[in-house]
Amino acid sequence: MSLNLSDVKRIAHLARVEIDDADAETALRQLSGILGLIAEMQSINTDGITPMSHSQDITQRLRDDAVTETDQRALFQSVAPAVEGGLYLVPKVIE
Amino acid sequence: MKWEVVIGLETHVQLQTQSKIFCGASTAFGSEPNTQADAVSLALPGVLPVLNREAVRCAIKFGLAIGADIAPRSVFARKNYFYPDLPKGYQISQYELPVVGKGCLTIRVPAANSEQPEDKVVNITRAHLEEDAGKSVHEDFHGMSGIDLNRAGTPLLEIVSEPDMRSAAEAVAYAKKLHELVQWIGICDGNMQEGSFRCDVNVSVRPEGSEKLGTRREIKNLNSFRFMQQAIEYETRWQIETLEDGGTIQQATVLFDPDSGETRAMRTKEEANDYRYFPDPDLLPLQITTDDIAHVKAAMPELPDAMKARFEQEYGLPAYDAATITASRAMADYFVAAAGALPKEFAKQAANWVMGSVAAKLNEESREIADCPVSPAQLAGLLKRIQDGTISGKIAKEVFDAMWVGEGDADAIIESKGLKQVSDAGEIEKIVDEVLAANAAMVTEYKAGKEKAFNSLVGQCMKVSKGKANPAQVNEILKKKLV
Repeated sequence: MSLNLSDVKRIAHLARVEIDDADAETALRQLSGILGLIAEMQSINTDGITPMSHSQDITQRLRDDAVTETDQRALFQSVAPAVEGGLYLVPKVIE
Repeated sequence: MKWEVVIGLETHVQLQTQSKIFCGASTAFGSEPNTQADAVSLALPGVLPVLNREAVRCAIKFGLAIGADIAPRSVFARKNYFYPDLPKGYQISQYELPVVGKGCLTIRVPAANSEQPEDKVVNITRAHLEEDAGKSVHEDFHGMSGIDLNRAGTPLLEIVSEPDMRSAAEAVAYAKKLHELVQWIGICDGNMQEGSFRCDVNVSVRPEGSEKLGTRREIKNLNSFRFMQQAIEYETRWQIETLEDGGTIQQATVLFDPDSGETRAMRTKEEANDYRYFPDPDLLPLQITTDDIAHVKAAMPELPDAMKARFEQEYGLPAYDAATITASRAMADYFVAAAGALPKEFAKQAANWVMGSVAAKLNEESREIADCPVSPAQLAGLLKRIQDGTISGKIAKEVFDAMWVGEGDADAIIESKGLKQVSDAGEIEKIVDEVLAANAAMVTEYKAGKEKAFNSLVGQCMKVSKGKANPAQVNEILKKKLV
């Protein structure tokens, strides 16, 4: 799999990351390097091996279903750029 | 050309937990905005998700209820998209390895060649755990939108069906059955107004007989069965008309507008659909052992289909009655409580009352059976008095109405209103004599061979006794006197 410049720009757009042409060129080189590394690993025969989904071979611990958090809205909203009526305000998004 | 509609559903079921799926914030509905949005719900830097055991148990329950395999190992993945009510920039969901695998649900659908509905099996592809997003409020806040993250992180089970349904009615039957099932097993409160049960419906059409699926459009966020029916019917017509006019269908997400009764495209999928899923490095694989499953299984209630079969076998109920009564857990519980207090041969009568007078009264007053003013024990008390001949079926209706408005138990009402059936031969004879004396013309008619006159005479006797005379005895005595 190889990337081109428009792939990089599309991914940046999906993640809402602003990227100029020079940065896109750098990102393309770096991402391509990573993909190259993966391509190299893919030449290894992994037939019959269950893929891991995490780098550590342990399983998820579960927590009991209990409410442990209290209302800290005032504290959290003290650092928000804009709030009103308890809501966080953001630039208008309409589908 | 004849067209066939193909429908599949994705249903989001909000799980009944106290706390969120990955943190200890409350899931209560209707609180002040953001008072249940803790550091994890807000996605503040450095926070980590910890999975809620109860959410996992709910998923296992559902898997068992649809006869599905529960994955011994399942994996959480990040579904990446940008939206302000999703502060992490991704939703934690499951992708390649969901917790619940293939299962199925049997629905009742109108049959092509019969009055009786027939069973149809709808296959379920998978069900997976995920977190809900927050809510955007698009009122005008000086040109900005408001965000409430109370709902962010609420546990959801997304249930994906195969495209097995062939009409709006089938899709609604499936959704209703699923809605009842998740409440039955106690994993969801089923409140559609509050968004606890939401359906996305995929609709496509194809020429009848074709094997190839048409391009689908997805109707998002339907939160009532009536809207679902309307939306699918409109969408189906629209797609057929578009194709017949030589147009093509573009894959799209559409919204249903209940005011106009129309569906309208929301966004084209090509870009938004690129979710770049990958396993969430913050969460380890979820392991579910056979022991875990056995524990959940031991605490499961009897499922509706099993209960239906039992009612048919144990109580000899007709299939239709058994299906009607097991259509909701509350109704089934009510019936079991009433029938359990009676000899088995009266189960059918109990069923008739539950489906008849009880259901009709509840319907009339828009009440749920859970707050029925006549308790199952009270109903059983009433049926016992029919059974032992104290009152007739007709008088029982009167007693029932009195119980409904809180006048007490059947025995007290029968006593205080003097409704006890008259079975004393002497007393009935007196009534019969009175009626015969007053209706000489009818007697003549009967003796002239008019059978109908006999029924009129019985009716008169019942009237004179104010419905209290034992009808069988009235019949008998009348016959004797008319020889």
